[in-house]
Amino acid sequence: MPSYELMVAAALVGALTFYLLFGGADFGAGIWTLFAMGRQGQPQRALIDQAIGPIWEANHVWLIIAVVILFTAFPPAFAVISIRLHIPLTVMLIGIVLRGTAFAIRTHDISSRSDGFTGAPPIWHRIFAWSSLITPTMLGIILGAIASGRASGPTDTIREAFVDPWLAPFSITVGVLATALVAYLAAVYLIMESSDPELRRLFRRRAVMSGILVIILAAIALFLTHDGAPEIYRGLVQTALGRATVVATALVHLAALWAVITARNLLARFLAGVGAVAILWGWALSQYPYLVEPSVTIYDAAPHSTLDILLASLLLGSIVLLPFLFYLYKLFKGDVLLHRHD
Amino acid sequence: MISDLIAARSQMAMSLGFHIVFAVLGIAMPVLMAAAEWRWLKTKDEAYLALAKRWSKGTAILFAVGAVSGTVLSFELGLLWPSFMERAGPVVGPLFGLEGFAFFTEAIFLGIYLYGWSRLPPRAHFIAGLIVAASGTASAMFIVTVNAWMNAPTGFDIVNGEITNVRPLVPFLHPFAFHETLHMLLAAFAATGLLVAGIHAFLLLRHPSNQFHKNALVIALVVGGIPAILQPASGDLIARAVADHQPAKLAAMEAHFVTEAGADFVLFGLPDVSSQTVDYAVVIPHGLSLLLHGNPHAIVPGLDQIPRQDWPPVAVTHVAFQVMVVCGLIMAGMTIWAGWRWWKGRLEEDRWLLRMLLATAPLGFIAIEAGWVVTEVGRQPWIIQGLMRTSQAVTPMPGLWIPMVTFSALYILLAGVVVWAIRRHIAATMAVSPDQGVGRDTA
Repeated sequence: MPSYELMVAAALVGALTFYLLFGGADFGAGIWTLFAMGRQGQPQRALIDQAIGPIWEANHVWLIIAVVILFTAFPPAFAVISIRLHIPLTVMLIGIVLRGTAFAIRTHDISSRSDGFTGAPPIWHRIFAWSSLITPTMLGIILGAIASGRASGPTDTIREAFVDPWLAPFSITVGVLATALVAYLAAVYLIMESSDPELRRLFRRRAVMSGILVIILAAIALFLTHDGAPEIYRGLVQTALGRATVVATALVHLAALWAVITARNLLARFLAGVGAVAILWGWALSQYPYLVEPSVTIYDAAPHSTLDILLASLLLGSIVLLPFLFYLYKLFKGDVLLHRHD
Repeated sequence: MISDLIAARSQMAMSLGFHIVFAVLGIAMPVLMAAAEWRWLKTKDEAYLALAKRWSKGTAILFAVGAVSGTVLSFELGLLWPSFMERAGPVVGPLFGLEGFAFFTEAIFLGIYLYGWSRLPPRAHFIAGLIVAASGTASAMFIVTVNAWMNAPTGFDIVNGEITNVRPLVPFLHPFAFHETLHMLLAAFAATGLLVAGIHAFLLLRHPSNQFHKNALVIALVVGGIPAILQPASGDLIARAVADHQPAKLAAMEAHFVTEAGADFVLFGLPDVSSQTVDYAVVIPHGLSLLLHGNPHAIVPGLDQIPRQDWPPVAVTHVAFQVMVVCGLIMAGMTIWAGWRWWKGRLEEDRWLLRMLLATAPLGFIAIEAGWVVTEVGRQPWIIQGLMRTSQAVTPMPGLWIPMVTFSALYILLAGVVVWAIRRHIAATMAVSPDQGVGRDTA
């Protein structure tokens, strides 16, 4: 049987996976609002609001589950991350607050209609769009910094302690990659959400462009691991398993692009999701057993009496929650997924 | 320039003070919505359906702000107090875990509730509303239990200054947690119910014959009034628990400087720590001993039993406690007045009652903020009572005034925006007649 520490770490990666696939796509949809301002953007905004409105708050909770697992089971890692990455974490939180508030104001204003019209000032569209962009960028920078090993670097000056851990080409690239990835997921998902051929064409085009961008950025990030994240380089480039993972990930992404272009929408959705998960898991596995490179591992954990209870509550919570979550998606996405794919 | 410790404490206080307003509304508004919907299912009166929809639309904004400001808090625990979380995480983390799942349930069913008016049968929709209310209540119980643990830590041993032998189930059954949770939940329902009652009282003053607002007023008074009447009893319970677990906090609340038998109850007043006196106070002889121990001659330990460096800020704690108690008593009084008018019939025709309901509408939230000041400032200088000082827990990150100022500005802005948005909702109900559907299905 795998150790408790490993099981809890797997649950942590699991929560991040769901957050990427669901919560990430909500941020991605927000990013596309950047190109949907003014009156002519109204149908796109209506599509985005309808797609994420009923589910974004539930999707957002995956992040909270992840952070709770982190601070309950792996307190030393949580402390290092909270201290050394204070700045990007704070910016990410501001993004989260602004995104949620802006979305609520724009969709639940007294004058808001389901066709995308709202009497709330148009500045809220901009705030929604920009905060949707900043949040995944910051989260990507944070994950990149954790992987880079710089979060355990020297602490002699303020710059060394609080800026250098994350202000580096590798983590910045991962930030941009995360942003492109969620925008790509959202575009792929939104193709199916719309019944308007015009909008479908638009998001198909955007899915292709952002998908290509994801592949380019992932390649740059992989290239930068050599100097920027040595442990990841060792894991992904220097082992046969790592190289196989990289090739498989690339193939899945190409297949997803092919499915997008040939309008196999449901398959595209599936493959885009698998491709995104492959990137996340490639990072997680190459970093194993480290939680924060190169000093804190998953074995720097809370006592087993805590992990016991945490695992039990995660299991129990999932048993109760997954049917609820399934019901939510069936209610609001059932017709999209079952009847309208072509 | 303020110290990093003060900046961190201010940021945490401000984040909590902001979040708690929305958390409380998120717990109690679903009960109001569900009550209105239940009345609609029972009576088939469309005015109740319109009311449920109207309330739910405003709640959607409040809930979103509550969700994101709660996320900020879960990270701020580490951003501001990393050493605290490093020690407390393994002991109280599972409570946060269950809170996460309760919040997850709440978010799922809120989505179903807000967007599912036309997708669900009415009864199922009503049940979704009940689940939102129940899971919101459960979230509050888990979070307040964590706070109870900070006030009276249990579930571990200290060996050589390190936390060992962690038993994370023990905090779940914390004796303090029951009192604190009960007090908080009653406060949530009382504050929300009476706030909503005040808003509809205002609208009734403008439109005296409007059935929509009459219905709303009665539901809000029932949901808010019953807890408001029970709250003083719960306050008595919690005060006794504080006297047992945190004598320093109790002494600060009462500005009780010197240990004595037959201690007086000090009402109002401004404590002066240097002279150990309370100016402008109303003194009830032997009142404190009587309240805490049922015996007018019982001994109540004062601050003189506590080393000076372990004193909480006395003036802040005492004044906040007075504010909370006075607000709570006024709310209970308002409920009794309203209940008496309702008993006599024609509740909504007493224009003075309506005016006073409007004037006292915010008191519940003032009491909640003051109550949290009592429990948090009253625990200082400890972040975990008797175990870890707040100053030992603060992050080494310099320049903490920057995030403090940033979040303050952000939250002040958001508070203004939320008030603006809710005002638009309220303004829109002014023109509404009861037979006219006001809710618009957003799905």
